[in-house]
Amino acid sequence: MDPIKAAMLKRSRSAKLEQRGKLISLFCISLIVIVVAAIFFFVASRGLATFFDNKVNLWSFLSKSVWSPAVNDAHGNPQVGALPMIVGSFGVTFLSAVVATPFAVGAAIFMTEISPKMGKKILQPVIELLVGIPSVVYGFIGLSVVVPAIRHVFGGTGFGILAGTFVLFVMILPTVTSMTVDALNAVPRYYREASLALGGTRWQTISRVVLRAAMPGILTGVVFGMARAFGEALAVQMVIGNAALLPHNLISPASTLTSVLTSGIGNTVMGSLENNALWSLALLLLLMSLAFNLVIRWIGKKGEMKR
Amino acid sequence: MNAKQKDRLATGVLYTIAVLIVLILASLLGYILVQGLPHVSWHFLTSPAKAFEAGGGIGIQLFNSFYLLLLAMLISVPISLGAGIYLAEYAKANRLTDIIRTAIEILSSLPSVVVGLFGFLVFVLQFHFGFSILSGALALTMFNLPLLTRNIEDSLRQVDFAQREAGLALGLSRWETVIHVVIPEALPGIITGMILGAGRVFGEAAALIYTAGQSAPALDFTDWNPLNIASPLNIFRPAETLAVHIWKINSEGIQPDAAAVSAGASAVLILAVLLFNVLARFLGQRLYKKMTAE
Repeated sequence: MDPIKAAMLKRSRSAKLEQRGKLISLFCISLIVIVVAAIFFFVASRGLATFFDNKVNLWSFLSKSVWSPAVNDAHGNPQVGALPMIVGSFGVTFLSAVVATPFAVGAAIFMTEISPKMGKKILQPVIELLVGIPSVVYGFIGLSVVVPAIRHVFGGTGFGILAGTFVLFVMILPTVTSMTVDALNAVPRYYREASLALGGTRWQTISRVVLRAAMPGILTGVVFGMARAFGEALAVQMVIGNAALLPHNLISPASTLTSVLTSGIGNTVMGSLENNALWSLALLLLLMSLAFNLVIRWIGKKGEMKR
Repeated sequence: MNAKQKDRLATGVLYTIAVLIVLILASLLGYILVQGLPHVSWHFLTSPAKAFEAGGGIGIQLFNSFYLLLLAMLISVPISLGAGIYLAEYAKANRLTDIIRTAIEILSSLPSVVVGLFGFLVFVLQFHFGFSILSGALALTMFNLPLLTRNIEDSLRQVDFAQREAGLALGLSRWETVIHVVIPEALPGIITGMILGAGRVFGEAAALIYTAGQSAPALDFTDWNPLNIASPLNIFRPAETLAVHIWKINSEGIQPDAAAVSAGASAVLILAVLLFNVLARFLGQRLYKKMTAE
C-alpha cells in the first residue's frame, strides 16, 4: 500500500485526540452521576434496615413521639418515633420561610423596581455577603445573641423553634431574594409600560402586574429557601436545644432531623438499632430534599404553561 | 386611601425593608468583628487549641482548613472541568442529558449533612480511610462538584459560537477547540466561580464533622514528610477545621473561654470569606481585561 493511501485510511492525530477528550469528559460526568446514585443506594440501604432488620413499623416510626432507641418499651418494642424531629424540621422550615418571604420579596422589588441603582450598589453586595457567611457563624451568633435575647423576653431557656426560625430566616433570606430578583428581571419591560400607560401607579403596577407575572419564579425561590432551611444542620443544632420531645410551644427545646443526626451518629455503634434509626432519619432528609426538587420542577412546568 | 397614597405607603415600606436588611448584615458583621477581632493576635492564629483551659489558639485548625480546601479543589476542579465541558460542548438534547442534569440538580440540593454522612459511611468506614483529611476532601468534593460544574458550563456557554466555528474552520478538532479557544476565553468566569466555591468550602462544617473528624492532633511544622503521622502534609491524619472547631467548642462547652475563641475564630472565618469574595471579583476583572485586551 502506498504511504499516501495508508495515511488517508489511518485515523488522524486530531481524531484520536478528539476521541480521548470526549471520553475524559464523559468519564467526569459519569462520575458525578455515579456519586449521586451511590449516595441514594448507601443511605437507603442503611436507612431501610430499621424497617427490614429491626422490624420497626414504618407508620409508628413516622407517627410516634417517643424517641429513645436505646431503651425498649413495656412490650419489648424499640421506641423510635420520629415525630418530634419531623415536627421540629417542618416547624423551623415553614416559620422561617413565612418570615423571610415578605422581606425577600420586598428587597427584590426594591432592587428591581424602586431603586435599581442603590439596589445594585448596596443591596446586591449585602445579599452576596449574607450568602457567604458560614453557617457555623450564624449558629454562633444565634447562640450568643438570639438565644439570650429570647430568654430575656419570653423566659425559659431561650433554645427552641423560635431561635431556630430567627437564625434560618437570615440564612435563607439571600437565597430567596436573589431568585426573586431574577424572576422580577425576567418580566418583560412592556408589561410595566402597559400598566403605567393605563394610569396605574408604580405600586399598582408592581402588585397587580409584575408580581403576578413573576409568581412562579418567586415560588421557586421560596421553595429553594425552604429546602435550604430543611437541610441546614449545624446552625440549627446550636440553637434548638436538642431535646427529642414534641415541642409544646415555640420556645421549648426541640430538635430537627439534622440536629439529631449531627449529635447522634458518632455516639452509636454501626449496625445497631440506634444507629439504623438515625440512618432512617437521614433517608427521610434525602427524600424530603428530593420532594423539594420535584415541587420546584412542578412549579416550573406550571409557570411555563401559563405564558 | 386612594391609589396615590397607597403607592407612597408601599414605597415607604419597601425602603424600610431594604434598610432593615442592610442593618441586619451590618449588625452581624459588626458584632462578629467587634467581639472577635480583639482576640485575634499572632499568638491566637499560630498556637494550638487547648481543650480544658483558656488561652488556646486556632493555629492547627487554620492550617487544616487551608490544606483541606486545597486538596478538595485539586480533586474537584479537574472533574468538574471535564463534566462542564461535556455538558456545554458534547451533550445532546436527549433523555440521557436530562438524567445527568437532574442528577447534578439533586446533588446540589442535598443537605450537606447527608453528604457528610455518606462520606462517613463510604470513605471512613468502607474504604478504611478513617477520620482523615482525605475523607474530608472527598466529602467536600461531592459538595463542591455540582456548583462548580454548573458554573463552568455557564461560563463555557457564554463564549460566542463564532469562536468555536473559527477553531473548527482552522482544522482543529472539537476537543482542541475547547481546550485552546473556548476555555481561555471562559477563564475569567471559571476562576471567579472557583474562588467563590472555595469560600463556600472554607466555611463548610456539616459535611466534615464525620469525615475529617473533630480532633486536631499536634502537628510538627518542621516535618514535611507526608508519610509521618505528625507531618502537616499527611493526608491520613484527622483534621478539625476552623468551622468545625467553632461548632465543637460551642456544643461541648468544656472550654472556659469558648465564647472568646469562637468569636475570634468566627472573625477570622468571615474575613477569609470576604477575602475570597474580593479576590474573586478582582481576579475576574483583571483576567477579563488582560484576555480581551480592553
